[in-house]
Amino acid sequence: MNTHPQVLDGTGAEISGLSAPAIGTPRTRVEGRDKVSGKARYAGDIPIERLAHGAVVTATIASGRITAIDPSATLASPGVIGVIDHRNAPRVDPEAGSPFFGPDGQLQLLQDDQIAHGGWPVALVVAETHEQARAGAERLRVSYVEQPHDIAFSPGHPAARPALSAFGPDANKGDLDAELAASAVVVDESYTTPAQHACAMEPHVATAWLEGAVLRGIDSNQAPYGIAAQLATLFGKPLSDVRVQVEQVGGGFGSKTGLGPQLILATMATMLFHRPVRVALTREEVFLATSARPRTDQRVRLGADRDGRLRAIGHEAAFEISGKSEFIENCVEIAKTLYAADAIRTRLNVVPLNILPVASVRAPGTAPGSFALESAMDELAERLDMDPLDLRRRNEPEVGPVSGLPFTSRNFQLCLSEGARQFGWAGRDHRPRRRREGHLLIGTGMAGTSFFTTAFPSSATITAEQDGTFTVAIAAIDIGTGARTALHAIAADALRVGWDRIRLRIGDSAIGPAWQAGGSLGTTSWGWAIVAAARDLLEQLESGPALPVSVTSDTTEEIMSRPHRERHSYSAVFAEVAVDPATGEVRVRRLVGRFAVGRVVNPLMVRSQLTGGMIMGLSIALQEEVVRDEVSGRQVNADFAGYHFAANADVPFIDADFVEDHEPDDPLGMKGPGEIGTVAVAAAIANAVWHATGKRHRELPIRLDRVIED
Amino acid sequence: MKEFAYSRATAVHDALTSVVGQENARFLAGGTNLVDLMKRGVETPDRLVDVRALPLDGVHEARNGDLVIGATTTNSDAAAHPEIRRRYPALSQAVLAGASGQLRNMATVAGNLLQRTRCAYFADLSSACNKRVPGSGCAAVAGVHHNHAILGASPACVATSPSDMAVPMMLFDAVVHYETLDGKGEIPISRFYRPVGDTPHLETTLPDGALITSVTLPSAAAGERSRYRKVRERASYAFATVSVAADLVVRSGQVREVRIALGGVASHPWRARIAEEELRGGPATPERFRAAAEAELSAAKPLPHNGYKLRLARNLIQSVLTEIVH
Repeated sequence: MNTHPQVLDGTGAEISGLSAPAIGTPRTRVEGRDKVSGKARYAGDIPIERLAHGAVVTATIASGRITAIDPSATLASPGVIGVIDHRNAPRVDPEAGSPFFGPDGQLQLLQDDQIAHGGWPVALVVAETHEQARAGAERLRVSYVEQPHDIAFSPGHPAARPALSAFGPDANKGDLDAELAASAVVVDESYTTPAQHACAMEPHVATAWLEGAVLRGIDSNQAPYGIAAQLATLFGKPLSDVRVQVEQVGGGFGSKTGLGPQLILATMATMLFHRPVRVALTREEVFLATSARPRTDQRVRLGADRDGRLRAIGHEAAFEISGKSEFIENCVEIAKTLYAADAIRTRLNVVPLNILPVASVRAPGTAPGSFALESAMDELAERLDMDPLDLRRRNEPEVGPVSGLPFTSRNFQLCLSEGARQFGWAGRDHRPRRRREGHLLIGTGMAGTSFFTTAFPSSATITAEQDGTFTVAIAAIDIGTGARTALHAIAADALRVGWDRIRLRIGDSAIGPAWQAGGSLGTTSWGWAIVAAARDLLEQLESGPALPVSVTSDTTEEIMSRPHRERHSYSAVFAEVAVDPATGEVRVRRLVGRFAVGRVVNPLMVRSQLTGGMIMGLSIALQEEVVRDEVSGRQVNADFAGYHFAANADVPFIDADFVEDHEPDDPLGMKGPGEIGTVAVAAAIANAVWHATGKRHRELPIRLDRVIED
Repeated sequence: MKEFAYSRATAVHDALTSVVGQENARFLAGGTNLVDLMKRGVETPDRLVDVRALPLDGVHEARNGDLVIGATTTNSDAAAHPEIRRRYPALSQAVLAGASGQLRNMATVAGNLLQRTRCAYFADLSSACNKRVPGSGCAAVAGVHHNHAILGASPACVATSPSDMAVPMMLFDAVVHYETLDGKGEIPISRFYRPVGDTPHLETTLPDGALITSVTLPSAAAGERSRYRKVRERASYAFATVSVAADLVVRSGQVREVRIALGGVASHPWRARIAEEELRGGPATPERFRAAAEAELSAAKPLPHNGYKLRLARNLIQSVLTEIVH
């Protein structure tokens, strides 16, 4: 498992003619050379003739309405072409939204004078250069009348109501109260997590222009096809008249899965001013005007027999949303599948507030949810005086505990045992505050989790060219994960040819329907479509037709006809921390993660992705939080000096590796490795901090002011 | 960003002349703070006079043994200088605890002494801030002040100085040397920063139009065992929550000499003279260190979100002094 075979150059030229499968071979990314030499082009790098630039003006109040906008100083400013606000913006379709969450008010930019959160875009200033646009934006005078805002989140908020059920109903297995009453040991605690941001390095950038009737867009996003479809609906165009492209994306982490303000505003500007327009959000605007992960408050109740057998799992969570957009931060998901119990009950509520709309951020739902559930499991082990690893071994379900459906492949126990062995867990003294090094308190902790996996319908087109190469086209996107490189390998193996005979085209909505780089499902969904198209193409080539020959295949039918089963990836994470009780500083010394993520297409990329995910988990544990001012209702740490995540110096040696795993219902045996790396880390670190200090941290992040001792 | 005129001075006299009579002119050195604030519209100079090319770079020893650090010496060069590392190690440690390698290569010693607060409301034009707009109020007192001052603040302003470097400068009794068209002058660092009072926008006692030319470290103030310890919310690239620079000389278990300066607790680096007085001549024990720290902090006025800084500052003083003894 720890063997790291020779890494091949991403161009793959030197392996031409080898018969070894491309899948499973570690390989640097195909665009790696372009990225490190500056040749790779991101959305803001593509030259466009007659390009104009838009600068966003955002609301400085959290609730109220605009009373006046005076553009005179802006229009007199050098290079300014015009100003768009709610009085002259093109009208858009109020029903536009997402298939999961319905109409999305966040897409309704510049449609009225209402302000529902601080940072809401109120105008776009368009000018000849980016600098002139920004200078013009600074001169725009916007007057407001403020109304009282409400950003006070609590699960008992009078406006609290059940979340949408698009991701499945509440669990209601057995009689929770009766099982809790019959339990020898009970844990009943609440856990809170703050709002967090995706923090992709590349800010959101889009360019839009009209080519006849066709609306063209270059946009930094995670879903060219899905975003083209949203854009078409929003502006009332047929999808065939909208085309969204992108070459490279500098990270998304969930924040670029939906249609962003950059592309909506660029589209409005090109419609009004008949020029290609680019809108590049500043870092502050990315914080204030895109989306965030919501705050959560989660009550977890666990009941167990003296030997550690779980009788009851109760997980009731509330999270904040904006009044504009629905979302499901599905914190309670893993409570339905991770452990066996006689009674399992979940509830999920939302609290609408005057905040930035919430959306996917790095393992939505499961990141905060696993912190709560796996902290509670550690508390249960403590009260049972039991090894927390043993507690998790004792409650392995045979079928889905709530659904009753069989698991496709469930290698949670293998993750636990491999991780424990690598970490050196055996022989741990489970009592807290027992290990010291000088003035430092040392502790270890662990947590496990699962992450839902599936594949979504996509289509791919493969052309057998006359020169013996194959052009593989799919509206996929590589947001930095290595998807492009993985799809190369999948195509080479599916077509049974060498790597150098594959020409891959991605990042273009015009190619056809395809799932997004989101939900850890991108490469799995796209890979399936490539396998299907290759299979169909090879069948056609058997009759020796004249080339070129093209085949387009769609996986909708195959995916929908899979049996109903529980499909999840799994992880076990082990952490060692050192805590200085005099200063409250927590430093992570070691992180070991073992992951069951199905078949691994490119071990180099996937190990990188898992390692990166674990660093995100470390940041969630110790640093990340949106801080809002109760008086103004606005975020006060909307930059990278104020919004902290781990710096290199915070990151210890990380050992991330895979266990043998295979998904039987996927033609490639794949499960998504995208987000499973992030989850479980915060709980493992929080549990290690308890082991070091004896103090439970049920509130993230574990800031030094919460740890410091007298 | 407001448009501005830019010129580069090659002689100190030229630099001084080019700002005469211009209320809204500023000297530009590394620009790591000033330019950021200009981009946000917090600083709006009409003219920038770039002093980076002036012959004010480098560290040398004066005849009397004082160490002279030229105003435009970069933070990196100051931290790496062998005499600073040997005689004033807390200064080298403090500089290296700040910012990032890239920023330290740009930032200068004089600029560092003048850097502005990182209070989020100071940087946000839509918030009330007496430091940015005198008389507009202070949004931090009722707002988010997790990392704000516990000592020497006023209802007008609770911002802290973000400088690491200035803390050991306070410890070592550095002297700020400047020039104006009227001649040369010097200010001991203990009188360089003004009390906040109701004029938080007036930060230093540097005369109008003055250019800092050097900072000297008195040879008598050297402390080869001095230390700097910075506590922050991540291991690197964050401003101090609380920091301590300290030097201690112990003979036969008794404190012969002690100096303590704190960062992150006030509008400027805070010399803990009450604690020093408590300790001088007494036993060098952790209990005494703690009691002295508590005496120093008895005047502290924490706000609802930053009370933890009291405990942190006390623990840190105790811990740094104890480390020096051992």
